Amino acid sequence: MVPVTWYLLLAALLFTIGTAGALTRRNGITIFLSIELMLNSVNLTLVAYSRLLEDQTGQIVVFFVLAVAAAEAAVGLALFIAVYRHRRTIDLNRINLLRW
Amino acid sequence: MLETAVFVVFALLAVGSALVVVLHRNPVYSTMSLVVTLVAIAALFVMLGAPFIASLQVLIYTGAIVVLFLFVVMLLNIGREEASQRGLPQKVAAGLGSLALLGFLAAAYLRLYGGAAQAPLSEDFVSMRTLALELFTDYLLTFELVGLLLLVAVIAATVLAGKPKDPPEPDGKRPEEVA
Amino acid sequence: MTQYLWLIPLLPFLGVVVNAVLGPRAPKGLTTAVGVGFPGLSLVVALGALWQYATQLHPAAVEQVIYTWVGGETSIRVAFLLDPLSAVMLFVVTFVGFWIHVYSVGYMGPEADHYSYQRYFVYLNLFMTSMLLLVLGNNFLVMFVGWEGVGLCSYLLIGYYYDQDVPAQAGRKAFIVNRIGDFAFLVGMFALFAKFGSLDYSAVFGAISDNPALVTGDYAFGLSFASFVTLCFFIGATGKSAQIPLYVWLPDAMAGPTPVSALIHAATMVTAGVYMVVRTNVLYQLAPGVSLLVAGVGAATALLAATIGIAQNDIKKVLAYSTVSQLGYMFLAAGLGAYSAAIFHLGTHAFFKALLFLGSGAVIHAMSGEQDMRSMGGLRKWMPVTAWTFGIAALSISGIPFFAGFFSKDEILAAAATQGHWVLWAVGLFTAGLTAFYMFRAVFMTFGGQFRGTEEQKHHLHEAPAVMTLPLVVLAVGAVGAGWVGISKVLTPGHDWNWIHHWLEPVIAQVGGEAAHGGEGAAEAAHHLSLGVEWSLIAVAIVTAVVGILVARSFYGAGRGLVAGEDVLAGRLGGFYRVLSHKYWVDEIYGKLVIKPLAALSRGFFKVVDGWIIDGFLHTAAFLAELGGDLGRFTTTGNARNYVLYFFVGIVILLGWIVF
Repeated sequence: MVPVTWYLLLAALLFTIGTAGALTRRNGITIFLSIELMLNSVNLTLVAYSRLLEDQTGQIVVFFVLAVAAAEAAVGLALFIAVYRHRRTIDLNRINLLRW
Repeated sequence: MLETAVFVVFALLAVGSALVVVLHRNPVYSTMSLVVTLVAIAALFVMLGAPFIASLQVLIYTGAIVVLFLFVVMLLNIGREEASQRGLPQKVAAGLGSLALLGFLAAAYLRLYGGAAQAPLSEDFVSMRTLALELFTDYLLTFELVGLLLLVAVIAATVLAGKPKDPPEPDGKRPEEVA
Repeated sequence: MTQYLWLIPLLPFLGVVVNAVLGPRAPKGLTTAVGVGFPGLSLVVALGALWQYATQLHPAAVEQVIYTWVGGETSIRVAFLLDPLSAVMLFVVTFVGFWIHVYSVGYMGPEADHYSYQRYFVYLNLFMTSMLLLVLGNNFLVMFVGWEGVGLCSYLLIGYYYDQDVPAQAGRKAFIVNRIGDFAFLVGMFALFAKFGSLDYSAVFGAISDNPALVTGDYAFGLSFASFVTLCFFIGATGKSAQIPLYVWLPDAMAGPTPVSALIHAATMVTAGVYMVVRTNVLYQLAPGVSLLVAGVGAATALLAATIGIAQNDIKKVLAYSTVSQLGYMFLAAGLGAYSAAIFHLGTHAFFKALLFLGSGAVIHAMSGEQDMRSMGGLRKWMPVTAWTFGIAALSISGIPFFAGFFSKDEILAAAATQGHWVLWAVGLFTAGLTAFYMFRAVFMTFGGQFRGTEEQKHHLHEAPAVMTLPLVVLAVGAVGAGWVGISKVLTPGHDWNWIHHWLEPVIAQVGGEAAHGGEGAAEAAHHLSLGVEWSLIAVAIVTAVVGILVARSFYGAGRGLVAGEDVLAGRLGGFYRVLSHKYWVDEIYGKLVIKPLAALSRGFFKVVDGWIIDGFLHTAAFLAELGGDLGRFTTTGNARNYVLYFFVGIVILLGWIVF
């Protein structure tokens, strides 16, 4: 029997990796991918909790998270395209009109 | 025993491919690597007694979202990312922060649950029937709203990514006609 | 009618509101109707209430509560009181006040366009409201509200000719000097409230009457409670009623319109201090030291002012110093415990002084604004009514028998004599002589002899219009008749026709025992002089007055009095004349001793406290804010990744905090 805690720890690790990626990379797509990674780790956490607490509610939440993640990915990528058209780059360092 | 081994395999797979996603220079490779991560996580879902979710994960995530990513990467012809020397403080801070995050989370989990084992899975828990029942009774409203959300997302994405309407050129010609 | 007490102060206030709303461009007739009508209505109600009150068999004080201002355990209510004392004051204020309003129509009319007729009546009605609050209030706080209100109106009206320097400064001076007195008044009120938990007359005076020992023990600065409070109150009175040392604003106040001088600075506002002392007589009876001080200051002021008055050439200044002097008489009486005599003199003085001022106003009017008596002369040819009424008032103030002033002044001198204060009596007597002298000096210089002014002024000379002479006549009747309500017992052996004395008896507290040395009872009981002595004293006073008149006539009668344009008195008195005409240089002394150091202190405060410290605070705060901003802006890189990092770091910290 694998203790559920291990799953939780694994999810935490994945989350951390995703965060580090989201903060460090300059390429917009890669950042987005890292964010998806984070979302997945959250899903894993939720399912693990669902198992821990013997309650299916966790799985239902994951269901919704999946749907929302899809929507978010679509809109986000659309934004990317729009920005790219304008600035010809997706290097986030270059997109800094809010600079002082 | 077998379970532990399976777990370790998929866990290592997930972590490894996650690292590739985050570290690789070429975005296409990153995307591909994400697929591996997703599948590994799906396997873990199964082990946790959520086969339905696992199948959803594969279908939606890998089947749709990642494909969308690839489309965009190809469309925008995004090349390799150059290494950069600047931005060190950001990287250091991110790294430290991440480690701290991991530490806190681990501490939290261990404190709360220790390493105890779990009761075995029941048929009821795993079945899709109970899930569906709960979904369509208790969470019906949310279900509908999420549907609405998806509609909105589709519209938004279409609008945002659609061709921009440029104003006519000074010499009266439409932009497409130029060049 | 007495249930309509509250209407009496309210009606003039309505006049204020209506006239203020109508504005300066309203038709003059309407402004007049409102400005004179409302006080007129107030007078009617007052007379009705007084009639009802006086004709009761045993008139009891009428109290009427309007509303509760400060509620709870220690409540302060806005309430009015009609008792013998406030009844007298009420009559004086409403009656004299009304006729002065009438007079003002004629006096202020010609200048209506430049100086806003409407503004005058608004202020004057506001004054009436405040004065009526002052005299009708049943507790010290309402009195104080009225006290401050009349001070404000005094300032507004003195500075009525706002575009000129002199009136503006005079108004300021009046208000500021008054304020010094007000501070003392407030301290006294605080002490009273702290000790008795109430400011109601009935509560405070009742508690003291029941147990005089409450206020006679040691309290502060080596004084008893009674002494402390009465001293504070008296200082307040010296401000409002122009006694030494705070009288200096009154002569300057003559810069205001003459009816204002008549009403505020002769008949009503300046008498508020006397009213206040008489109202709190129970305390003064228990503070013999302070009472003696009051009498002494009153006498000294009377003498000082009279000496200055003989050397003044501006007709209004003469009357101003005369007012200060007569107020001194009132305080002399109050200090001696002859409270009804003080109020009696207050009443007669209101009539003849107002009459004198209004008459001088008619003269000034006829002289096209000239106020210097050296340019006048022989005016009785052109202004007979004014001249005669002025003369009647002069006889009254000089204390000639049959006229009002004789009766009231005599009571005061008698009080001094019967208590054995011969010094005070002598001062009062000498001052009476001076009074007669300077008064008739003014009469002769103005109305007697030949006209000394310019041709142009001569052309303009005319009697005042009826709207101005009618009040003069009415007041002249008062200047004669008002005295007959208080015929001293001495003059009528075997009968007691001293109506006013008995009328005011309920207000004078009967405080027995060694603690009280003042009080009417003591004044009569101690040192009972024989009838013969009293008669001779009266005779001496009459003779003194007549001598004063005759000396004036010898100097100034029949066109004498001016040698090469200068007062003949200057020659006779030599250097002393200079001292007098410069009013002993009191204003200059105050300027050097008090005002200059204060101004320097103010400047110091301005530079150091305001400039360095407070402004420094602000500048530092602003500088720090700016600095923070200059440094903080480096976080706005515009780079979304940085922002995410900040976000993340924050979350990590939060998480850590939660976990541990």
